[in-house]
Amino acid sequence: MDLFEYQARELFEAHGVPVLRGITARTPEEARAAAVELGTPVVVVKAQVKTGGRGKAGGVKLARSADEAAERAGEILGLDINGHRVDTVMIAEGANIAEEYYFSLLLDRSTRKYLAMCSKEGGMDIETLARERPDALARVEVDPLVGLDAAKAEEIVAAAGFREDDRAEIARVLVLLGEVYRANDATLVEVNPLVKTGEGRIVALDGKVTLDGNAAFRHPDWDAYADESADDELEVRAREKNLNYVKLDGSVGIIGNGAGLVMSTLDVVAAAGKNLPGQPKPANFLDIGGGASAQVMANGLDIILSDPQVKVVFVNVFGGITACSEVAKGIIDALGMLGERATRPIVVRLDGNAVEIGRHMLTEAAHPLVQLADTMDEAARRAAELASAAE
Amino acid sequence: MSIWLDQRNKVIVQGMTGSEGRKHTQRMIGAGTRIVGGVTPGKGGQSVIFEEDGVPVFNSVLEAKQATGANTSVVFVPAAYTRQAVMDAVDAALDLVVVITEGVPVKDTAEFVAYAIESGHTRLLGPNCPGLISPGKSNVGIIPPSISGPGRIGLVSKSGTLTYQMMFELRDIGFSTAVGIGGDPVNGSTHIDALAAFEADPDTDAIVLIGEIGGDAEERAAAYIADHVTKPVVGYVAGFTAPVGKTMGHAGAIVTGSAGTARAKKAALEASGVRVGRTPSETASLMREVIAGLH
Repeated sequence: MDLFEYQARELFEAHGVPVLRGITARTPEEARAAAVELGTPVVVVKAQVKTGGRGKAGGVKLARSADEAAERAGEILGLDINGHRVDTVMIAEGANIAEEYYFSLLLDRSTRKYLAMCSKEGGMDIETLARERPDALARVEVDPLVGLDAAKAEEIVAAAGFREDDRAEIARVLVLLGEVYRANDATLVEVNPLVKTGEGRIVALDGKVTLDGNAAFRHPDWDAYADESADDELEVRAREKNLNYVKLDGSVGIIGNGAGLVMSTLDVVAAAGKNLPGQPKPANFLDIGGGASAQVMANGLDIILSDPQVKVVFVNVFGGITACSEVAKGIIDALGMLGERATRPIVVRLDGNAVEIGRHMLTEAAHPLVQLADTMDEAARRAAELASAAE
Repeated sequence: MSIWLDQRNKVIVQGMTGSEGRKHTQRMIGAGTRIVGGVTPGKGGQSVIFEEDGVPVFNSVLEAKQATGANTSVVFVPAAYTRQAVMDAVDAALDLVVVITEGVPVKDTAEFVAYAIESGHTRLLGPNCPGLISPGKSNVGIIPPSISGPGRIGLVSKSGTLTYQMMFELRDIGFSTAVGIGGDPVNGSTHIDALAAFEADPDTDAIVLIGEIGGDAEERAAAYIADHVTKPVVGYVAGFTAPVGKTMGHAGAIVTGSAGTARAKKAALEASGVRVGRTPSETASLMREVIAGLH
């Protein structure tokens, strides 16, 4: 879960990381009031979007008066930046920047540890920095059991080659950022730029924080971060039903059990559709998980059939713990519950636990929309053909 | 032989008194696994009846080990308690700890994985994994034992259901051991750990490696295969159609920028001489060709 800059700033402030004052605004009037409240000669109006490149897109502007802040906010609010609409801006104090640095701390899947990256050449994005100036980017491994302590912070600032005079204060800030990471179950804390002001202060001028969704159970305050503005309407509905659903762009609705098998199902359908007219593709990812009840199946079918792009549904289940008889019951019950709303063909492939009973139940039910296929590849081919014919 | 697990492993179940733990203990016993005890803090001294036999419950892993000689644990405790449960098992110096629990915060996983590696004596599998099975010998976790019998293929996968699918496709040939390493960003054991063990196992002739989008484990496995694996490896990678930036069910299954794509993983494996199937069935066919070529 990614946070907005203003939310990252609040977390930084709560942990004592030096930040500049900033106030969010959702209208030009609020922006004006925020500038008045800050009372500094210069303020910065910053688009709050969860994507990079906002400066280039015109999402960050200086203002030298409250009126100007309102005007700039008016320009920025409503902008589309890489597909993200700007609903909120942050009005922040202007900074007297002497030097710009880079710092991040993140989960490194390769080493199964944390990785701190730091450079005295900040301001550009990290990919560019890593590509163009790899020697200027210090990479230091951090042991998860120890964390970013004072000794590690000293190692990082030395590796990044900061001047002796600056090292102690920067290291102090890095320890605090390590605390932000640890205390908030983050998988990424990035400060770009971390700046030294003309007065010699070290300040986190911008922040990016990603939190680990698995840790939500021990952070009840994260409810405040819920942000459905960027999500598809069907994804929001699916989440309310506890379904693991991702909307895609094609016409073959997919339901399966297990993340790996469902990902594989999408691939097999896309491959089967590649050479057919209209090139049908998967319409979604939907993992009903283990032990799918009739209700779960009905919820899943309901979501998928609410997608007007869907021309055919492919149910692909390998019964491990899940009994295929339960899945078959789920499909039959779901069709009963959905009644006339079930209008599109459903190709079903069942294998594994209790498969004979499951297939028999579906054959007996003889629902006109349901067709059984013997293998996953055959079912994918048939679903793709039906979708292609319906285009 | 097999890797990491055979009929000699004496297994305790952490979280055996919970509903999932109880259900799967029953199934493991049915599959012939030597379940010698359960661990639930505060419930020591009780026992849980499976079939006719009572399985004793202990307060701690150490207590269970001392009383039963257990060397293996399978963890079904809720995500909030998993970190402590695993560290207890490592402290008791078990050989193998299999973490089935899904939804463990990755900070906890990073910590207990580092803890296990530092210990130098405990192999960790998972979290968010189906466990491992050496068919006909022992089954630790939730892989259905009825899918396939013993044979000479080794399998390592991030995904549970793709493990089942592939075992089903190749059930007439059979498996030495099938290992699910789990779908989280950080895993206690990696593809490489399993490849190394299969390479060393005299009863494994060929290896199926199943990967999926996210991270660079498959690329690293490919590099390892090129340098260290002489047995034939057949691969499959799921997630070609996954969009950038969306988590596909598994916490670790996410393409970020240009990193972690299925295309890059397939290319890396093929560059190391691994034949990669486009579907699970095609992958199984490739394995059949490999096996036919060996005899």
